[in-house]
Amino acid sequence: MQQTITQKILSKAANRKFVNAGESIWLNVDILLTHDVCGPPTFDIFKQEFGPDAKVWDPKKVVVLPDHYIFTANEHAHRNIDLLRQFAKEQQLEHYYDVGTERYKGVCHVALAEEGFNLPGTVLFGTDSHTCTSGAFGMFGTGIGNTDAAFILGTGKLWEKVPESILFTFDGEMPAYLTAKDLILHILGDITTDGATYRAMEFAGEAIFSLPMEERMTLTNMAIEAGGMNGIIAADKIAEDYVKARSNKPYELFQSDSDAQYHSKYHYNVRDLEPVVAQPHSPDNRATVRSVQGTKITKSYIGSCTGGKLTDFVMAARILKGQRVSVTTNIVPATVKVARDLETELYDGQTLKRIFEDAGCSIALPSCAACLGGPADTVGRSVDNDVVVSTTNRNFPGRMGSKHAGVYLASPLTAAASAITGKLTDPRDFL
Amino acid sequence: METIIQGKAYVLGKNIDTDQIIPAEHLVYSLSDPEEVVLYGKYALSGVPPEQGGLPEGNVLFIDEGSCHSNFTIIIAGPNFGCGSSREHAPFALKVAGVKAIVAESYARIFYRNCVDGGFAIPYETAEQLNQVIKTGDELKIDVESNTIENLTSKITYKLNPLGDVFKIVEAGGIFAYARQENLMPQA
Repeated sequence: MQQTITQKILSKAANRKFVNAGESIWLNVDILLTHDVCGPPTFDIFKQEFGPDAKVWDPKKVVVLPDHYIFTANEHAHRNIDLLRQFAKEQQLEHYYDVGTERYKGVCHVALAEEGFNLPGTVLFGTDSHTCTSGAFGMFGTGIGNTDAAFILGTGKLWEKVPESILFTFDGEMPAYLTAKDLILHILGDITTDGATYRAMEFAGEAIFSLPMEERMTLTNMAIEAGGMNGIIAADKIAEDYVKARSNKPYELFQSDSDAQYHSKYHYNVRDLEPVVAQPHSPDNRATVRSVQGTKITKSYIGSCTGGKLTDFVMAARILKGQRVSVTTNIVPATVKVARDLETELYDGQTLKRIFEDAGCSIALPSCAACLGGPADTVGRSVDNDVVVSTTNRNFPGRMGSKHAGVYLASPLTAAASAITGKLTDPRDFL
Repeated sequence: METIIQGKAYVLGKNIDTDQIIPAEHLVYSLSDPEEVVLYGKYALSGVPPEQGGLPEGNVLFIDEGSCHSNFTIIIAGPNFGCGSSREHAPFALKVAGVKAIVAESYARIFYRNCVDGGFAIPYETAEQLNQVIKTGDELKIDVESNTIENLTSKITYKLNPLGDVFKIVEAGGIFAYARQENLMPQA
């Protein structure tokens, strides 16, 4: 008893019955994720430390999803893809999703879910800070660097300090104008960008368990913006149904004990909350959309692991149907699957793709794209003094390209409403 | 490991994220090819808005025009240093630039781990807001054994928080050296 869901999962991975918050333990890793930015240096370190002919600890447990710098003319970026391809071949990695082939998926965190790699009760490490996204499936997922990833590649193990947990409970029925993005931006405003450093962020309450998986992923995705080691939501029937439709692998459900010890607890009723943005230049710089309504923007960007899932585009379409955008609006589906769904998913009798095209948006190919700026030719990259409203996750100086640009992080509803007016706009004006 | 780290201070504010330490457009260079590695030094801290680089005055270049190496050895910063992405290129870039230690009020977890496990720079924490009292260019001396930092310019010594659990990894020079020392993995 007295364990949080995070402690229970880590106990299992350490072959222990109980672990205390604060202890450093060695974990057995279920999946290691890497991509085109951090894969090549990770493989270099692996070879340097374990030998040029060393084999990874378990080729079935290594997932390589190139997604960052895909549609660019940058030669160094192409070289990185070549290095991934070469390593995958040498090591016979069956879970390598090559660029330029039918296997290419897109943004790794969303693809992991789509491809059935997210299994409740398991431990995932990834060379990307948003690896915490997978915690929406009642599992432990966290980001690491290249050295730690190389260590896992050779040993299948890594040390981790068991985190204390913060519990965020959301009661009430989600209003149509509110999204998971508003909830997490609200939390960030309350606890700031280091409010959960080295801690687990656990989400619960009827409003959370009413959300579809993709919305839950938006919450856990941004745990890292508060410094969180992981974000986690216990798997329920909605999660199990999602997993079973995509995987036949075994999994184990865990829940926090009723007497589990928490660092702190926050309680919200979603009926008391309203659409918010994070103003430049920090994800915790929260303001209600109403309070900054009318601020002029030059771009709207709907994409990324945070805000480029099908549910995000359905929300955007609710606002954009029959409207015209007045600023450049980039629609960047996270994955090939999402891109295909835009062509078939209907809202009010029209495909999402048709709705976005009729509204004057430009639809890009699936990748991380301008969420993190990227090479100079990246679609949607901010320039000069751009003011961007974006469904992405970070708005530190220069994050989307230009050091002089300002980025307002927002929900897909707010990004869509603002695209129409060219000013920050509360989505309730269009709903 | 070195037990004394001495050099000039480069002072920064709070929430210095990894995009400021090494902007994403530069993450494409090789971390093993010596000709490309120096580029990480060249662009280290290039994402910091100029007025926030080299406090208290600001507008102090961390890397001189045309150089790949910094005149500053020790970074002094506020809370949440290294927040944002997991890119190990960030502590790597600081190391290539010549940084040996960082002294901040706190760190984001992944950056801290990367510093320790990769053996790039020692991430010290302090309870005091040293970025309010140390100026860019001050000559500093860190004593690793006594966990202190002396400002040789102002002749004031401050306490550093002991490294605790991770000291043995820092001392070994990184997670691989530590794991070999502890027989957690085969010897090289």
